[in-house]
Amino acid sequence: MSSVSRLQTVRAVCAKDLRIEQRSKVLTSQIVPFALVTLVLFAFALDGDVILERTAPGLVWLAMLFSSMIIVQRSFVVEIADGALDALRVAGADMSAVFWGKWFALIVQLVVLEAVLIVGAIVMYGIDLRISGLVLLVTSSISATCGLSAVSTIYAGLASGVRGRESLLPLLVLPVASPVLIGATRAAEAAFGAGGTVVSEGWPWLGLLSVFAVAFSFGGSLAFGPLIDD
Amino acid sequence: MGVELSAQCDESVAVALRDVVVLLGDFPALASLDLSVNRGEVVMLTGPNGAGKTSLLRVCAGLVPIARGEGMVMGADLRYQRASVRSRVGIVGHSNGLYDDLTVRENLEFWGSLIGAGDDELRQAMSIMGLDGRLASVRVRGLSAGQRRRTAFAILVVRRAGLWLLDEPHAGLDSDARDEVDEVLRRASASGATVMLSSHELDRAQQLATKEVRLAGGVVVGDPQ
Amino acid sequence: MTLEPPSTVSTTSRRGTATAATRVLGALTIVMIGWLGVFGLLLSPADRDQGDAVRIMYVHVPSVWLAYLAFIVTALASAVHLFGKSHSLQADRVAGASAEIGVVFMAVTLVTGMLWGRITWGVYWQWDARLTTTALLFISYIGYLAVRGLEGSRSQRARRSAIVGLLAVLEVPLVHWSVKLWRSLHQEATVLGTDLDVSLDGLMLFSLFVGVVAFTLLFLWLLLHRSRVLMMIDLSAETGLDAALAQRRAEGGVTA
Repeated sequence: MSSVSRLQTVRAVCAKDLRIEQRSKVLTSQIVPFALVTLVLFAFALDGDVILERTAPGLVWLAMLFSSMIIVQRSFVVEIADGALDALRVAGADMSAVFWGKWFALIVQLVVLEAVLIVGAIVMYGIDLRISGLVLLVTSSISATCGLSAVSTIYAGLASGVRGRESLLPLLVLPVASPVLIGATRAAEAAFGAGGTVVSEGWPWLGLLSVFAVAFSFGGSLAFGPLIDD
Repeated sequence: MGVELSAQCDESVAVALRDVVVLLGDFPALASLDLSVNRGEVVMLTGPNGAGKTSLLRVCAGLVPIARGEGMVMGADLRYQRASVRSRVGIVGHSNGLYDDLTVRENLEFWGSLIGAGDDELRQAMSIMGLDGRLASVRVRGLSAGQRRRTAFAILVVRRAGLWLLDEPHAGLDSDARDEVDEVLRRASASGATVMLSSHELDRAQQLATKEVRLAGGVVVGDPQ
Repeated sequence: MTLEPPSTVSTTSRRGTATAATRVLGALTIVMIGWLGVFGLLLSPADRDQGDAVRIMYVHVPSVWLAYLAFIVTALASAVHLFGKSHSLQADRVAGASAEIGVVFMAVTLVTGMLWGRITWGVYWQWDARLTTTALLFISYIGYLAVRGLEGSRSQRARRSAIVGLLAVLEVPLVHWSVKLWRSLHQEATVLGTDLDVSLDGLMLFSLFVGVVAFTLLFLWLLLHRSRVLMMIDLSAETGLDAALAQRRAEGGVTA
């Protein structure tokens, strides 16, 4: 038996998570429709074309935040259901590698969700995607997603280990994720030109989002093992 | 099996627990328990429900910490070297540690890749457990309880665990499946593994076991047979 | 798991958590708070624009100070628990006690801030950087306390809380940065700046200083007492454990 590199563990865990999603299709058949429904509900609640167009980036990211709670809980339900998390601990898997694997798999799923939501917003809220804003939109969305995934993964790991306390997850994640919401929304606004903003106004937000993503990804990878352990 | 031994412990001892207290919240599941198991033994844990059998197995797996007392499992200290303990044991409890949406082969490949097992080892483990052939491509969700159990055992085989901890391995299985489980355990023991299992199947377990340990009230009662 | 013997409390000879030291501290605190009342309510002048409403500041600002101090203490104690060799449970207790006190004073900060805003400018809330960050921190702290209340063994709970406490440290500068940047986008004059936008003359400044000192003493006093209460809870759980062990063994018909 050869010793396993951490990268191998990361790849194995990430591939496993994505394959499970591919088989069970929870993201595509349940969560994406849920997110699209929330876009529709926002339209009912806000009742106004102008206001919808103006707030579209915020609404997209709100839908993202709430949907991500559901996705990440699912990611850990899979581990807890048959005691796989315990089995991972007993197998001696490097917990920070498990974190990175789940983190990356979650990013993939969140990016898919985002793409759908942005298209939904373009269609339903009438915002226009400008070419000049495309780079900003893509980079800010991805760095926001990295940060969001890190925060969600680590707190979901914490909440899943304790029976019946999954309801704790939003309370823990949402305050911590507020910089992501602020940054992603402002950057998206600049990219779309909502409210007369210029693309160049969005770049400081990218800086914030990147720092956040780096801080919580590395912090999360260190904290995950001790958090999961009994 | 490449197990390093601490200077203080006897090479032939697989498990040594002294005055061990294990807490579940505030409740003492194990209440100052002493136990000694030699390598190669097949130990049967008996006792009423709630006596602490599951907690004993879990503490030997390094999954739960010791609140008081001291213990050594497979040469690693249960207080300070729990990670080492875990790498040397395998546990199959009421849950199997499998992913429902993946096939048998995919599950084994995943667990195999975590420990660096090669394809040959996986294939061998699967054939020992009768999981090659059609079953290999069936999703775990569609397996019977006995087949899931065998998959979990296959993982133990791949991991070459020196100590097998089994919590009611016969539970939920029909008679044939139980025979298969017994056969697996015999072979594991024959290949040098130490086995601790809890079971309500007294007759079956007595045929397998070299020693019976009876638990009640979080401690060992009576003399080991 | 052994509990460190408390050096400042001898539990056999006392029936409470007070010692000579805390009594002195408590007396000092009462004196300082009395001073604060005198200075804040009587001696310091009313503000030109706000009138007597400015006196809320003498509670509001020290509360903010106290809340952030408590937060820092929690973070430091969490670090001591996590990275110290002995993984001291006493450090964990201090972290927990400090967080409880911090939450209370954050609530006081928010409420006094809201009252002040309402009286002076007619609005309960405004989205300025400090108030928003404090509100988010308040909620994070409530989450921290919720994590402390989760089931598990003592050392498990301590470790989890310490990690969550330290992650909060990571979070605060990022939250503050993002909220600050966010508010700076809005050029509408925030006439409604809180507290220190008030021009402070010498006496007001001194009163504020008295308030900060008084509240710091109050914090220390509360912290000492609360940590000791937590220690006594743990001690009683420990002795309760011996009884529980005996009871457990008796289940099996074994005499302890």
